Amino acid sequence: MRRGMLFNLQRYSVQDGPGIRTTVFLKGCPLRCAWCHNPEGISRKQEIIILENRCVACYECRRVCPVGSQEPEGGVLPARDERCRFCGKCIAACPSQARQMAGHETTVPDLLQEILRDRMFYEQSGGGVTFSGGEPLAQPEFLRAILRTCKAQDLHTAVDTCGLASTDDLLAIAPLTDLFLYDVKIMDDSRHRRFTGASNSLILQNLRALSQVHGQIWIRVPVVPGVNDSKDDLQAIAHFVSRLSGIRQVNLLPYHRIGLAKFQRVGREAKLETTAPPSAETMAGARDIFSHAGMQTLIGG
Amino acid sequence: MNERTSRLRRESLDTPPSISGERARLITEFYQANEGRYSAPVMRARAFLHLCKHKSIYIGPGELIIGERGPRPKAVPTFPELTCHSVEDLRILNSRPKTWYHVDDECLRLYEEKVIPWWRGRSMRDRMFEELSQEWKDAYEAGIFTEFMEQRAPGHTVMDDKIYSKGLLDFKRDIAEAVARLDFLNDPEAYERRETLKSFDISCDAVILFAARHATLARELAAAENNAIRKAELFRMAEVCDHVPAHSPRDFQEALQYYWFCHLAVITELNGWDSFNPGHLDQHLWPFYQKGLAEGSLTPEFARELLECFFIKFNNHPAPPKVGVTAAESGTYTDFANINIGGLLQDGRDGSNEVSHMLLDIVDEMHLLQPSTNLQLSRKSPDRLLHHTLRVVGRGYGFPSIFNTDTVVEQQLRQGKSLEDARAGGCSGCVEVGAFGKEAYILTGYFNLVKVLEITLHNGLDPRTGKQLGLTTGDPREFQSYNQLFAAFRRQLRHFINVKMGGSRLIERMYADHMPAPFLSVLIDDCIQKGRDYNAGGARYNNTFIQMVGLGSITDCLSALKELCFERGGDAKVSINHLLKALEEDFSQDEILRQRLVNRTHKYGNDNDYADRLMLDVFDACFQEVDNRPDARGGRYRVEMLPTTCHVYFGSVTGAMPDGRKSGLPLSEGISPVQGADRKGPTGVILSAAKMDHVKTGGTLLNMKFHPDLVSQGDNLTKWAHLVRSYFKMGGHHMQFNVITAETLRKAQADPENHRDLIVRVAGYSDYFCDLSAALQEEIISRTEHEQF
Repeated sequence: MRRGMLFNLQRYSVQDGPGIRTTVFLKGCPLRCAWCHNPEGISRKQEIIILENRCVACYECRRVCPVGSQEPEGGVLPARDERCRFCGKCIAACPSQARQMAGHETTVPDLLQEILRDRMFYEQSGGGVTFSGGEPLAQPEFLRAILRTCKAQDLHTAVDTCGLASTDDLLAIAPLTDLFLYDVKIMDDSRHRRFTGASNSLILQNLRALSQVHGQIWIRVPVVPGVNDSKDDLQAIAHFVSRLSGIRQVNLLPYHRIGLAKFQRVGREAKLETTAPPSAETMAGARDIFSHAGMQTLIGG
Repeated sequence: MNERTSRLRRESLDTPPSISGERARLITEFYQANEGRYSAPVMRARAFLHLCKHKSIYIGPGELIIGERGPRPKAVPTFPELTCHSVEDLRILNSRPKTWYHVDDECLRLYEEKVIPWWRGRSMRDRMFEELSQEWKDAYEAGIFTEFMEQRAPGHTVMDDKIYSKGLLDFKRDIAEAVARLDFLNDPEAYERRETLKSFDISCDAVILFAARHATLARELAAAENNAIRKAELFRMAEVCDHVPAHSPRDFQEALQYYWFCHLAVITELNGWDSFNPGHLDQHLWPFYQKGLAEGSLTPEFARELLECFFIKFNNHPAPPKVGVTAAESGTYTDFANINIGGLLQDGRDGSNEVSHMLLDIVDEMHLLQPSTNLQLSRKSPDRLLHHTLRVVGRGYGFPSIFNTDTVVEQQLRQGKSLEDARAGGCSGCVEVGAFGKEAYILTGYFNLVKVLEITLHNGLDPRTGKQLGLTTGDPREFQSYNQLFAAFRRQLRHFINVKMGGSRLIERMYADHMPAPFLSVLIDDCIQKGRDYNAGGARYNNTFIQMVGLGSITDCLSALKELCFERGGDAKVSINHLLKALEEDFSQDEILRQRLVNRTHKYGNDNDYADRLMLDVFDACFQEVDNRPDARGGRYRVEMLPTTCHVYFGSVTGAMPDGRKSGLPLSEGISPVQGADRKGPTGVILSAAKMDHVKTGGTLLNMKFHPDLVSQGDNLTKWAHLVRSYFKMGGHHMQFNVITAETLRKAQADPENHRDLIVRVAGYSDYFCDLSAALQEEIISRTEHEQF
């Protein structure tokens, strides 16, 4: 049976498509965006995260660890250790849930069961399920299988993608996906490489290909001060997407700092420590640029 | 608000609550002069007439709706015939930090010299405690249950539409006809019925007289008034008081004034729990509103001004002061008038209209503590009305609360009411369901489910006092299975419900015999037809409720016990002995175990089938032990799931428990999860709560705290509305929302002076945050915020 690796499942999700939704976060992403707000979704592998303010310093984690030193003087087991085999014993032993595993494997039937719990809310509100990440297409077979199962249950399906995936994988899920939430970040390729760690050429090529076969695409643009909030940057994106068919709306997502705390929890280094969220004026200006290009544009969502 | 209503509102907010000795003086004088002369009902009616004839009349500057229960706004009378406060009680009222009432020396002297010498030993409370069993008193003192009628009369009912087409003279005619029909040859109760009907008739005269005195005062004030506009208003008010309540109202103003006289009369006659309530005010006023607009005698602006004056009147009337346990179970100034908005008409059509929206606008603008308001949301209610309501709720003032009218109707049909009566019913108090104008639905008190489990875990002993209160159901250390434990809990539960009911039945009978409510009986069908008082079963429908508290807490306790003590093996098993020791030490030596209990067990409120199954077991046990047992008025006992503020009091008498809760902390409230235990967001909470069969209850309370971001951005309001509709589709009874940040609440704690008007939803009603006890403030802050992360 195909297994997928998730790192979260968010119910009453109101920002990832129409209506009340469950958003399923698949683990693993090919990009390394500086502003990432789900850093625990980057690696395809399991990771241990630590919520420091929950820790009661009981050192149970250290006591049960089969590979590390079991002396309490060593303090709390660190989140990252090269010897760690992700056996999960320290997670199970932690009484306060200060240690958590980012990433757990699941099967299509188990995941479907979780998703179906909120069917009443989807049906009442015109909502459904959204697959996000990480990058859901980083697990293409699992994504295809769960999408197919959801469609068989008559659920509305959305996929939130960064677009950096094999074109075949993307087009293969198009018939199973009612709505695409497609991220476009920076048109200038060298700056795209700098801030996301990858070229945007395949991303844009995939979007062109998708827009020729799919009529329900929402473009999502994270607006990050000092990265892509200049008029030129935003106009370039607006110019590109306004010439594609199948684009129903543009959502401008103001950068927020919630991800910063998460970087620390997964033991990664945050890159935009000092960046503040964009002002309301910046967001309104950005909206005007897209509106003038003829796009239905919303801030947030 | 215009200049007038802004000023009246400000005055109402700024006037400190005080105790007035006037009613105590008048009632004592009357009883001293007349004891032994009349039957109980006639005595009560004549005492009421005496009050209406002699109490001070108040018409404030600028008021359009007039009448006060006390001599002036916020002056609260006492009811020594029910509870005779001691001098010590009055001193406590005058000095306690929360829900404080000013008591002056004159009042203290009056009590010392006249009131206490007469009523000590004669008051209902004193007589009750003479009669109640030791077993009842022990359980009461231990905090296993409370008793509503210990300091206040049975109450809790609501006006229907009858006063808008009938004057009190019409009711007097009905009474005369009922007297004429009495059959002294064949009916052994004919004499009692005649005395009862006589008391009804006297009480009508009393209220007509009370209105006439207002007319007289209004004319006197008009004569002395220089401002021509105010002069005309006063003359108009005199005219209104000439006409209502003797006759049926002719216009919008008369309709409101008529209701208000009835309200004052009901809450002056006795101090019934949950004052009184106009019910479906929008439906009742709609014909007068339409007619006034069509004739040109009313403008929407004037209608709104009158309604605002009407709202302020409720706020002028803090609840009668409570002391002791009763103050702890319901420590608030609010007297639980709860206006219903929307709902269904008797013929099943949508009942909302433009007055519904006007009421919502008034709530939005005035945010007064009283009256409470609620939306009655049926399948047929327009989304426009729900969205309007949620925009008001979204401001963070805590109301209106929202009820599922379709479930409210179904609950009443299960109790055997007619479809029309059920639709004309609604909700009052916190979440309680009743057939308005036709039912006595009496709440008897709260019941501490968690304490019963604590006693079960100690084989019938209360560990707090060392007293053996319950049955000996076995030492839990010797239990071999969870089923054995739950069976022991069931036996203790039945035992304490029996003790509670035994006391309630006695108290109900004492009220029926000694403390009739003649004027309230005139207003409630079918007291006149039956010649029987409201307190003696005269209403068409009679139901009596026990309100269960701590459902979330007890579920999480049972879940931890079942899994850790009976199902887990090896290292993960926790012996009952180990657990009991940790509880005894309040987890002081075993924080790790407490963390496990809090974080690593199945919790109610997460759509977790393991925990929710246990919740259902507890609910079913309560239902089976209570529902359909006979009360003392010819009605039936029912269960409700609501706490007011009693979960704080009950928590304070309950030790550390297996859900990881430390000794003395609040229990969960209503059917909400334990504070902080819900981790799957609002849909998880709703799915757990909806597993209960709400139709079998007389009301359930689900409190959710929302971060403002979740309701304010984009189309989130629409999604929020869908959340409400989804819960109601699944049969949920009630929802209320605190839309507020913990940060705001912390600021209010630090700086109460500048946050005096901060209202939060507590548990079935709203209250000023700064008036709440420190424990309750902390509890509200800790309630889970459903933040998106």
